[in-house]
Amino acid sequence: MGNIVDETCKQTPDYTLCLSLLNSDPRSSSADIVGLCLILIDKIEALGTETIGQINVAYKTKPMLKRELDECNLRYKTIVEADVHTANIAIKGNPKFAEDAIVDAGVEASVCEGGFPKGQSPLTDLTQKMVKICDVTRAIVRMLL
Amino acid sequence: MASSDALLPISAREESDLNEETHRRRRPVKGLLAVSLGLLFIAFYVVLVATHDGSNRSNDVKIESDETATTTSRARLAGVSEKSNDKLWKLSGERNTVSFAWNNSVLSWQRTAFHFQPEQNWMNDPNGPLFYKGWYHFFYQYNPNAAVWGDIVWGHAVSKDLIHWVHLPIAMVADQWYDANGVWTGSATFLDDGSLVMLYTGSTDKFVQVQNLAYPEDLNDPLLLKWVKYSGNPVLVPPPGILPKDFRDPTTAWKTSTGKWRITIGSKINKTGISLVYDTTDFKTYEKHDTLLHQVPNTGMWECVDFYPVSKTAVNGLDTSVNGPNVKHIVKASMDDTRFDHYAVGTYFDSNGTWIPDDPSIDVGMSASLRYDYGKFYASKTFYDQNKGRRILWSWIGESDSEAADVQKGWSSLQGIPRTVVLDTKTGKNLVQWPVEEIESLRLSSKQFNMEVGPGSVVPVDVDSAAQLDIEAEFEIKKESLDKILGDASVVAEAEEFSCQKSGGASVRGALGPFGFSVLADKSLSEKTPVYFYVAKGKDSKLKTFFCTDTSRSTFANDVVKPIYGSSVPVLKGEKLTMRILVDHSIVEGFAQGGRTCITSRVYPTKAIYGAAKLFVFNNAIDATVTASFKVWQMNSAFIHPYSEEVVRAISSA
Repeated sequence: MGNIVDETCKQTPDYTLCLSLLNSDPRSSSADIVGLCLILIDKIEALGTETIGQINVAYKTKPMLKRELDECNLRYKTIVEADVHTANIAIKGNPKFAEDAIVDAGVEASVCEGGFPKGQSPLTDLTQKMVKICDVTRAIVRMLL
Repeated sequence: MASSDALLPISAREESDLNEETHRRRRPVKGLLAVSLGLLFIAFYVVLVATHDGSNRSNDVKIESDETATTTSRARLAGVSEKSNDKLWKLSGERNTVSFAWNNSVLSWQRTAFHFQPEQNWMNDPNGPLFYKGWYHFFYQYNPNAAVWGDIVWGHAVSKDLIHWVHLPIAMVADQWYDANGVWTGSATFLDDGSLVMLYTGSTDKFVQVQNLAYPEDLNDPLLLKWVKYSGNPVLVPPPGILPKDFRDPTTAWKTSTGKWRITIGSKINKTGISLVYDTTDFKTYEKHDTLLHQVPNTGMWECVDFYPVSKTAVNGLDTSVNGPNVKHIVKASMDDTRFDHYAVGTYFDSNGTWIPDDPSIDVGMSASLRYDYGKFYASKTFYDQNKGRRILWSWIGESDSEAADVQKGWSSLQGIPRTVVLDTKTGKNLVQWPVEEIESLRLSSKQFNMEVGPGSVVPVDVDSAAQLDIEAEFEIKKESLDKILGDASVVAEAEEFSCQKSGGASVRGALGPFGFSVLADKSLSEKTPVYFYVAKGKDSKLKTFFCTDTSRSTFANDVVKPIYGSSVPVLKGEKLTMRILVDHSIVEGFAQGGRTCITSRVYPTKAIYGAAKLFVFNNAIDATVTASFKVWQMNSAFIHPYSEEVVRAISSA
């Protein structure tokens, strides 16, 4: 467990979340800042994929929300396919494009959540978690600028 | 693609905003009473007419609460642990607006008619602009595979007039170890014999930033279709003390008094932005200076550094190598941390390759330092146009929408209309930019308007289509209004505190503004993009003028960044207030006082599109009346030509 993880997480908006995300991955003990970012981008991808799974479940359990779920599907596909992909390449070469991609991932999650009528979203926990992870990840990416 | 500004979900925006005219329109209560009283009808009728003038639509006072996606998002950009920004990400479902799902009709309207953009996919920085054998050449960072950044190569296009472009094949791809991870930004230099070289940054197979030399394969080809990379690349690698990812974007070279060529490359040391200097005779081997061209603490990495002379007295541009007593030098850098382009005017010392700003309090990259443009505008680069003796500025205008929308519409980013750049000979302290005159060839029909616009008025401007416009306008606050407000002690001086960003936007009324145009507005002004002046009373009855663009109500879409942009603009004694606006679908470019302050914005209306897009002139001042004299041109498309072999053959032999 490197000091890097602790020092880095202190500079993010959510120290506890940051620690739990990074410490859950064995790579973190020997990673540099770029490596920590790659771990978090993986988390974003995993959470995105999980959420798409939940969207698919919700199509069956909440068919009246099809329109909103379609929008979420589109938004989360963007996260998993475009944002994660861009972030992974850019983080090694030109981190500001990775920052933009991660900010966008948070936005896509917010927009998905916001599409549901009040109280009816089946994805709230997941979307909120995505936003928080993106916040933390962005803070660390900015250290590379 | 979303910018680094945090996006505010609509939760903070009140529903009443969208129905403001129904909430705010004065009700004819007096009228009803008058009718029922009968005998006094005529007497009351006069009152009715005075208060119910049909052309007035009051854009009443609504002091905006601090809903700003703008101020907090700027703070968010600067800091990494501002807990107060957490509210921006609140997902409690309190929002009152329905999420807008983009459809192809709305998205396809966003494509511009006369701004440079590739046929599809992602573009960013302008590269190596130049004029050669009758053609203006433009290269650019391009992703041939997707509408997001990645797989970067050099796109290429040519034009006779900087407006009508023909797309050409890709000029350089990532086919060497030294640019395997990206053929990045670079600049062109003309040599004494008329040939030219290109220096560009490669991101190597190990993600190290190096500088490479390339040159045209065939100097007899005016289209410069093919490029050769020097076999001895890279010509420069990160020097000791410079990190491998802090070394990019070499400038055009200039001749020193000893006859050597000199370039500068942006970098950083810790948080200090710096510009390294190298001398060369052959562009293959270099001597690095121990001193820097310049450095400014706490500005972060300097990208896309640009360095060039401007005349103190004349309005033409200068070749990059020009020096002398009638010349000042500009240092410009793109700030990686904030995505703003900043410049400063100063003095260059050729003997040791250093430069100092005229005003160190607004040195390059400091938050108060000058910017070419106060909106969405980055990675800009100038070149000397020897064809017409001008210095011309290109800039990357990114998207302010979500990546989902970019992927759906299949493209991302524009270039601004190329601008001439000269020193403001009247102030001596700032540059002045103006769209190249060739853009006027796109002007079709025009209409001239002269009118007085009373306080609290919004007036529809009768032009047919309103998505492709060139507007030139002159405003004057009526003398009686000015005198009254300047003499009224109860009108508080606010010039020191005012900023476009924190003002709350065009719907917030002041004594002497805001007034200007609402572009890309629908008939009911439910969507609109005001571009306007705000004149603020300062201490000692001085006035300070601000030029702003308010995109906060430009669209109902909630996955779009909607800042309020702007800055103060110098207005000299005797000058009227002038503005020019170019509207081209999803881009609006505003120029105040002949280009002293410029603002580029990206907007994505959902209703104010196609035939529903309208133009209004407005005056939201509380008491002051404004006279407006303006001309509006319909703008033709530039019909930018997709790449095809037939076209290339045709223009090759032209």
